[in-house]
Amino acid sequence: MEATVAKTGTEGKTWGGGNRPLNASYGKLMMWFFIVSDALTFSGFIASYGFSRFKFIDAWPVADEVFTHVPFLHGVPAPMYYVAFMTLVLIFSSVTMVLAVDAGHKMQRTKVAWYMFFTIIGGAIFVGSQAWEWATFIKGDYGAVETKGGKIIQFLNTEGERVALADFAKQLPGDREIHEKKNGIWYAEEPVTMTTFSFEEVKAGFLANDDLLIRTQYLDEHGHPTVLSREASIEKLVNDGKLVVEGANLRHNEYGHPLFANFFFFITGFHGFHVFSGVVINIIIFFNVILGTYERRKNYEMVEKVGLYWHFVDLVWVFVFTFFYLV
Amino acid sequence: MAHEHKLEIFRGLWKFKSNISKIWGVFAFLCAVTAVEVVLGIVKPESLTDSHFLAMKTLNWIFIILTLVKAYYITWDFMHMRDEWKSLRRSVVWTAVFLICYLILILLIEGDYIFDVYKMNYIKFDF
Repeated sequence: MEATVAKTGTEGKTWGGGNRPLNASYGKLMMWFFIVSDALTFSGFIASYGFSRFKFIDAWPVADEVFTHVPFLHGVPAPMYYVAFMTLVLIFSSVTMVLAVDAGHKMQRTKVAWYMFFTIIGGAIFVGSQAWEWATFIKGDYGAVETKGGKIIQFLNTEGERVALADFAKQLPGDREIHEKKNGIWYAEEPVTMTTFSFEEVKAGFLANDDLLIRTQYLDEHGHPTVLSREASIEKLVNDGKLVVEGANLRHNEYGHPLFANFFFFITGFHGFHVFSGVVINIIIFFNVILGTYERRKNYEMVEKVGLYWHFVDLVWVFVFTFFYLV
Repeated sequence: MAHEHKLEIFRGLWKFKSNISKIWGVFAFLCAVTAVEVVLGIVKPESLTDSHFLAMKTLNWIFIILTLVKAYYITWDFMHMRDEWKSLRRSVVWTAVFLICYLILILLIEGDYIFDVYKMNYIKFDF
């Protein structure tokens, strides 16, 4: 080889090759490229969430009425605490990651391994918490009625507290058969989610209880949903009500506009997928550290690269936290 | 591998002896900012929710600014942007910031316009 390569006379000069234009290695630079493009993808999602929210600015769910649950504390309204805990877990796993990178610079193999281990644990706790949050959101708590126009109406008592459908819906006689293709019309299907009560049962229960009111999605000037008077409530439910909604899915959402649920599933799901893949990559690197791969390579730059990715996942969560739970 | 770390944050107001103590210092700062956000999110002081600045609630401005502060320290200290060359820093940050600002501006203006169309026109959509 040596014989075939002509000397160009530029060795050691700026354009002679072999130097790093941005003083970062190829791998790190490519990780930054990826992070920038991924950041733009996430911005696209979050900005389109903002678009839909501005489109329905006077009827968007209030986040701390949606996410009020903490595991093992059933029935205790605790807005935001659990998601604050998740945020802290993710920031803390970022800290252990950056400590692993620091230990890597000093070639301390056992320390890198331990810090990587803690990072993986933190990531696993976060993904688990997110799964729990999804399950709670899908299950719903009070239940609501959807109107013919696709708007959500919720039920309150006269003290202004939410009332669950199960507390007032009347059991009406009559059986609800599950429709099957083999015994009915072949092209018709059951709704995606079956509810515990039919709309007629909810309506009968509502008319029988004089201290029930309806709350609409529309926000007043203080940002609280509007509560209708008893007469207006009856009129609204009887004329416009159509469907019982329990929990949230991609078509119906008892907390408000279905788009809120769609974006919640999509954005936190996409972020959760990033956390999951980050955990997998961290596990691979963790085993490489234990096996001594980087010890033999005499540098721990791989730890630094996955560290960049892991911090980026944390960075995205900071924004998701703000735009889904706070603002 | 000798790695140079700049060991001060807040423009030199807070100096650290080692990189490890800097990491813990930044962690404490991020926790403090998150705690402020959570407390404000739970309490929602009326003076901040009822006042507006540039068509947005003052409270939401505070949340967004605190988020950007957190993002800055995560990128600068955890991702070591502080220790990179200025050229790398700028090619990453300016590109993203410019494109994201443009995207947000365009989409939010459009969303607000559609809201007005729904509100002002003669289509009945609340039924």
